[in-house]
Amino acid sequence: MILHNARAVLKDGVKKVDISIENGKIKKIASAIKGEGIDLGGLTVLPGLIDMHVHLREPGFEKKENIESGCRAAVKGGFTQICCMPNTKPVTDNKVVVSYIKNRAREVGLCKVHPVGAITEGQEGKNLAAIGAMKAAGAVALSEDGKTVVNTKLMANAMQYASDFGLICLCHCEDHALVDGGVVNEGYHSTLTGLKGSLRAAEDIVIAREICLAESLGVPVHICHVSTYSGVQLIRDAKKRGVQVTAETCPHYFTLTDEAIVGFDTDTKVNPPLREEKDRLAIIEGLRDGTLDCIVTDHAPHHYDDKNVEYDMAAFGISGIETSFALSYTQLVQGGVFTVEQLVEKMSAAPARILGLEGGAIEEGGVADLTIVDLNEEWKIDPALFESKGKNTPFKGRTVRGRVKMTVVDGEIKYKE
Amino acid sequence: MLKRKDLLGLYDVSAEEIDEILQNGMAMKKLLRQNIKKLPHLQGKSVTTLFYENSTRTRCSFELAAKYMGAHVVNIAAESSSVKKGETLVDTGKTLDAMKSDVFVIRHPMGGAPALLAKTVKGHVVNAGDGMNEHPSQALLDMLTMRENFSSLKGLQVAILGDIRHSRVAKSNLFGLKKMGADVRLYAPKTLLPAGLDKMGAKVCTSREEAVEGADVVMGLRIQLERQHAGNFPSLGEYAKFYGVDDTVMKYAKNGALVMHPGPVNRGVELTSALIDGDTSRIEEQVLSGIAVRMAILFLLTKEEI
Repeated sequence: MILHNARAVLKDGVKKVDISIENGKIKKIASAIKGEGIDLGGLTVLPGLIDMHVHLREPGFEKKENIESGCRAAVKGGFTQICCMPNTKPVTDNKVVVSYIKNRAREVGLCKVHPVGAITEGQEGKNLAAIGAMKAAGAVALSEDGKTVVNTKLMANAMQYASDFGLICLCHCEDHALVDGGVVNEGYHSTLTGLKGSLRAAEDIVIAREICLAESLGVPVHICHVSTYSGVQLIRDAKKRGVQVTAETCPHYFTLTDEAIVGFDTDTKVNPPLREEKDRLAIIEGLRDGTLDCIVTDHAPHHYDDKNVEYDMAAFGISGIETSFALSYTQLVQGGVFTVEQLVEKMSAAPARILGLEGGAIEEGGVADLTIVDLNEEWKIDPALFESKGKNTPFKGRTVRGRVKMTVVDGEIKYKE
Repeated sequence: MLKRKDLLGLYDVSAEEIDEILQNGMAMKKLLRQNIKKLPHLQGKSVTTLFYENSTRTRCSFELAAKYMGAHVVNIAAESSSVKKGETLVDTGKTLDAMKSDVFVIRHPMGGAPALLAKTVKGHVVNAGDGMNEHPSQALLDMLTMRENFSSLKGLQVAILGDIRHSRVAKSNLFGLKKMGADVRLYAPKTLLPAGLDKMGAKVCTSREEAVEGADVVMGLRIQLERQHAGNFPSLGEYAKFYGVDDTVMKYAKNGALVMHPGPVNRGVELTSALIDGDTSRIEEQVLSGIAVRMAILFLLTKEEI
């Protein structure tokens, strides 16, 4: 296959090129390649986007999402590789569930799905999960997502043991006792709505703990979905000291603030909660200066019934994989924070590097994972048109810029608008 | 007539609307004082009280208000209803709506529940207290009581002391009183004082004396024992000693300043018994104002249909 007339984001800049693909690999990148192919008419070609924080809900919660609907949503959102979190039922804490997910994803045959294994058995925080066996079965990282491993000694052991297998812990940072049932950020808007607040400190304390562990033990650690200005600062300081810490954030944390909770729209309920303007600005600055390495979605699809209840009872989470690229492009590139090359770094190259995945760049000999986008197209977010079963988005009705037109995985077109 | 389907809180209610409710409430109160309890305003209407949280006075107050105006009243308490069988608020609302309930009076432990019900049903929704959000009828009855004593709320200095964090009453009063031109001072242990109150127009004080200094009204809020158990303060005794209001604290207030409390009172904790039973206490008056203002709310919300 030859992609003609592409505006490709390459390692050395954005160039007008043709790209030829053979056996799932990029064979040649040149100004003009002869042969039959697809005329992209100047559309922008990005290295395949990678989302290292996704909930596919299968096995166990197929009412919310399954591997097939999640993968359809992923390729529609421009993602060629995704990592799925272990809070399934049964929990992804053993090789059988890891293999099941990989096999099912292979049958679905859309994007590449990399399971993330639980840190402890049943995510119960007591015994280490079968880390080595899960790695052998294809797990690419470990996480207790949705929970924090409360016992600090056990977490230290997990980080050390995981590093023997080349696995990194992706840390959901939440001091459960301090959260104490809080559902939104503690501040003006929690007082205004009367919804129970959760302090920034509840997130920051555990970010600090994981940094301290990584520093003391000399192992890498990755901080999930950073939402606080103070958390950004903790990570920035740690990086300056040379701690092997990487971190991610999500489009909702650099696009929305807790002002969105007024009116009790349960689609604004997410964990960690939407914070305040100074947090939003600090998240953007953290992305700009490299403190925050990557953008993930924390795609958390839920059934309508899980959200059409009292705010306190509603499930946490945003269905975000189909809006991530456009929100990021609109907010960060259109918003003048950084270039499209830097966006590619956050949404493709950095996740590939952190987890040791293929891809992350368009280069001869590299895997032919490509995301083709129209950077000029404006569109309105309509959850009714989502491929994901989860229609839960606080961005419904919002106009964004940048639209995924085609997604190529291992040289095959897996999505075309 | 109120230009709204529901009364969910005072945050987005205008001063004109509050004034109309208070005017109407004062007229109702006059009738109640004459022991007139048979009014035609809600004849042929049905009112459902839907209480997901225990309450005696608020539920009785709404029920009597509706009955004095001739409405059919159905009372649903969460314990005895299908809620226990796991029915969602949305489904319960749809069912009662289908039974042609004209008004839903809802109390719920979770903030925003009345808003969810209001989105679901065609009938009018009145918030009778939702979590830590709002309790508009309580604030309106407080304002009605103040207005009767001072003729106007403008420039009034109102001090509210107690569990501000968990109080929907403090917030509804803050929103309402500010709109009517009164000043609100708040005081509580820091553990019971949420963020952002200053941004809402309150003066957040650092001592009870500062809060009460020159006040026209001093309102205590109930301190629940469960707040002690959650570690917000060491004991009710210590609370009373350092945060409670007694004669010594009241000396800082204006001469003859009113003592109020939404009830139920913990005698000797928020306020001393001497203050509760004293001449300046309006705590019983508040109860009568409550029925009157709830009659006004139910009448004004449904008026256009009569």
